[in-house]
Order: sequence, then C-alpha cells, then structure tokens
Amino acid sequence: MGKKRTAIVATGQTHHRSSRLDVNGIELINEAVVRCLEDGDLTIEDIDAVVIGNMDHFEGINYVDTWSIDGSGGFMKPTFKLTTGGTTGSTVGQSGFYLTASGMFDKVLCIGWEKNSESDTTAAITTAFDPIWDRLVFAGAIGGLAVEATKYMSEYGATEEDAAHVAVRDRTHALNNPYAQLRKPITLEDVMSSPMLSDPIKLLDVCPRTDGACAVVWANEDYAEKICSRPAWYHAGSVKHPFNLLGDTDLTTLVSMELASKEAYKKAGIKEPLKEIDVMELYLPYSCAGLSWIEAIGLCERGGAPRLVRDGVTNMDGELPINPSGGVIATNCIGATALLRMAEAAIQVMGKGGDRQVPDVETAVATGFGGCFWSDISVLRSKKP
Amino acid sequence: MHSGEGEQPFHYAIGRYGSKFLSEIRDNKQFYGIKCPKCGKVYVPPREVCGPCFTKMTEWVKVADEGKLYSYTILRFAFLDPETGKQKPVPYGYAFITLDGADTAFQHFVEITDESKVKVGARVKAIFEDKRYGKITDIKHFVIID
Ligand SMILES: [Zn+2]
Repeated sequence: MGKKRTAIVATGQTHHRSSRLDVNGIELINEAVVRCLEDGDLTIEDIDAVVIGNMDHFEGINYVDTWSIDGSGGFMKPTFKLTTGGTTGSTVGQSGFYLTASGMFDKVLCIGWEKNSESDTTAAITTAFDPIWDRLVFAGAIGGLAVEATKYMSEYGATEEDAAHVAVRDRTHALNNPYAQLRKPITLEDVMSSPMLSDPIKLLDVCPRTDGACAVVWANEDYAEKICSRPAWYHAGSVKHPFNLLGDTDLTTLVSMELASKEAYKKAGIKEPLKEIDVMELYLPYSCAGLSWIEAIGLCERGGAPRLVRDGVTNMDGELPINPSGGVIATNCIGATALLRMAEAAIQVMGKGGDRQVPDVETAVATGFGGCFWSDISVLRSKKP
Repeated sequence: MHSGEGEQPFHYAIGRYGSKFLSEIRDNKQFYGIKCPKCGKVYVPPREVCGPCFTKMTEWVKVADEGKLYSYTILRFAFLDPETGKQKPVPYGYAFITLDGADTAFQHFVEITDESKVKVGARVKAIFEDKRYGKITDIKHFVIID
C-alpha cells in the first residue's frame, strides 16, 4: 500500500474548566467530537476509524476506548486506544496521519480527553516512574520540571523573571481564546509574587489541571479538499525518547526535542525555523520550558531564549508567535493537551482562529512532551506536500 | 465516589543488579555502579542494559558516597505520598547527585537546613541509617559538605 498525502480537515474542542461537573467523561468526549464533525460538515457515518487516548490511571477507567464508545462515535467501527503519557494527544494525532497515509483508512477521527478533576494527578503520574529509584523523592510533574529549571537556570544564568515572561505571554494570548480555561490577565509581578511550589517554580509558572477534550479528523488526499477548502497538510513529524530513569537525563536542554525537531525540519526542508515557521503551538507545561525548549527546537542558540522572549519575538505581533491559544499554561486537560496543540496549529493553517488567528499562516508547528523528557513534533502546512 | 480505606499492596522485583546495589548499601555502606563496555558510561543505579548502546553490562564499579549536586529543587507544596498515603514532609530537598566515579545522577533527599548552600555543583555526602534493611531509605539523605 502506497503512502498518501493526508491532512487535518476538521477540529473540535470543549470549553475547558477546572471541573466540568455538568458532563461525565463520555459526554465530555462527545462534546468535542460533535463540534469536530460540525466543523467539517461531516456525520459520524463519514468516519472510518477512531483513535482515542487519555492518561492511564487518571480517571480510574480501564479500557477507555470501549467505555466511551457511545460518546466517541466508535460504535461498530475500528477503534484504537493509545496512551503515551504527556504526549498522548500528539501520539493520537500523529496516528491519524499514519492510518490515513498508509491507505488503510480514508477518514480517521482522533480524540484526546481528560477529566483531571476526578483524579489525583500527582499520585497517578507517580505510578509512571520507577518504584525504587524514582519515587522516593518524586513529586509528580512539578518536582520533575523544577529540577530541569534549576539546571537550565544555573547553566545559562536565566532568572525566574525571564521565565515569568513566558507565563505572562501565554496567559495574555489566552484572553483571545474562548475555549481556554484561565482567561484572566496576569502581570510579571503576579507571577513573581505567587507562592513557591518547588524552587524555582511558582504557582503562576505552571499549568492548571483541566477537564476537557479535543478531536480532529484526518482525511487523505482523495477527500481532504472536498471536506475543507484549506486543509492542514502533514509535512513532517518526529518522536524521540531518551532514558527511562530520571537521573540519566541531561537536563541542560531538552535533548529529545533537539533531535526530533532537527529530524522534522530536515524532512520538511526547513533551514531557518524562526524565519520559515509562521506559528507554533508548543507543549509548554511551565514557564521555564518556554525558554529552554525553544532553544532545543532551534529558534535561537542555547541561552538565547530569555532575550528572544523578552523582546516580544514570540508574542502575537512578533516574528514567530508561540501559543496564540494560550497554550498549556492556560489549559491542561492532559490527555487532550498535545492534541490541542496539533488542533490549534491546524486551526491556524485553516485560518479559523478568530481573535487568536495569526495572519497568513502557511507553516505551523505543534509539539508534545512527556514526563521522562521525551518529545514529538509535527509540521503542518497549507501547501500540499 | 472514593476508594475508602482500601489497600493495594504489590510486589516488585528489583532484579539482581538492583539487589546487589541495595545489599552493598545495607552491609558495607558502599555505592556500586555498573560500566558499559561500549561507551564506558558508569550507571548509578545499576541496571543490566545500557539503553543507548543496547549492550549488556557486567563490570561492577565502586563509586564514592560523595559527589556533586547535578540539580535539585526544594518541594514546598503539600501532597500525599501515593506509596504511603501520608503527606510528604514538605519542605524537602529533592536532589540529583552525580557520585564521584558515576556518570548518571542518583536521586535522593538533600538536607536543606541552610538553603543558601543548596546549589548546583555543591559537594554532598551520603548519611546512612544505623539500622539498615536493604531499602533505598537506608540512605537517610545527603548533606552539603562545602
Ligand atoms: Zn553504553
């Protein structure tokens, strides 16, 4: 079977809140799926297969794919579950590409979702790490990211204030996104004076826990342009995993992102990412990631990010806007988070961003990130590959 | 809905390499690493395979009970330890320590009595419990020594 060109042709997402008591998980999933089908003027009959993912252990639901079949639209269709921790959403999203590009299916619905309000996130995340070597000191995502921030700041002399700029940028961008969870403006002072959680991460440096879901439809070249006048074509992607034990990890930069982005740029023919990419939706779960990881992704030399961010290069009106949606710092329904990045990148290519639209987007990049410091990246374009 | 007073005990085999590491701590207060024959990297804690080389490791290496802080954080928010169901004793120092002779970092508590001394690169030393059981907690914590 040959490889087909394939694109995201429709997206849908729920309104995100810290707690969505008005719906159960299945209904939450359905909200995103229905909006996604509406966006593509599709019915569930048009869909050939469903891929769904969330974080294992979060909602206490095993076999989420079967449990949620009413809401997902998977009734009597091939349905697959994928769960890869923080990258669950982007793995689900990339699988839509593989399934349609392979020619196995013409139109695939991909769903990421999470009801964080129903779980103990820190306890659940801890079970992803080695019981003997990692868990004694481990404190869920925040502690793990804090040691990364300490290392980065000590290596390059970046400050907590440099990091705070990222939180302020993303939260400011979130004001333009009607779906974002945290839509209240914050200042540098607000971030700096918020309670210290785990040095150097403060309350406003880090993402919230969110209830929400996201869905996208992939269609191969036989259908894409019939469904969507300006589809978001998949040009390149890459996934990289480093070590398993946290103590093995090089924390001075996000090595997995450095390698994944190099590989994806090569495949997509991107030589100068800052100039050639029009918008990025990056999985930045906390502010310091917005410094270290944009160096890893090739926007500037190591240690150069604080200046880049401070100069506004990554703001909505800058050379390369990052996270017009407000990103993860504004909304984090974990199993959906990385799919939201991909959906938001597709929305930018499609020109459907409303108040958060960056003008004339031809190339958009989305990333996913997972707890043992693994990464993935996707390049979407308006031009057919 | 909640899980009430339920308990869910489980067993976990740490393997021969992990067992040797913990027994040496218990019996001799000695840290051991394992060296990759291909890349020469010394792993602490030890395991059987070097992932990047995908090669079996067999050469045991004694490493010091002293080293440097590779990175750290001070945990300040209250949370339940899913291992015990009890609240972790915040604030506490969460350290990544590169023991002298090792190439990877070993995770443990670092004492934070004087927070100004807790810095990347600070010299640290392991403090062992008097009574040791072959558990990771046989190491009480690390203290800053410079
Ligand atoms: Zn090796």
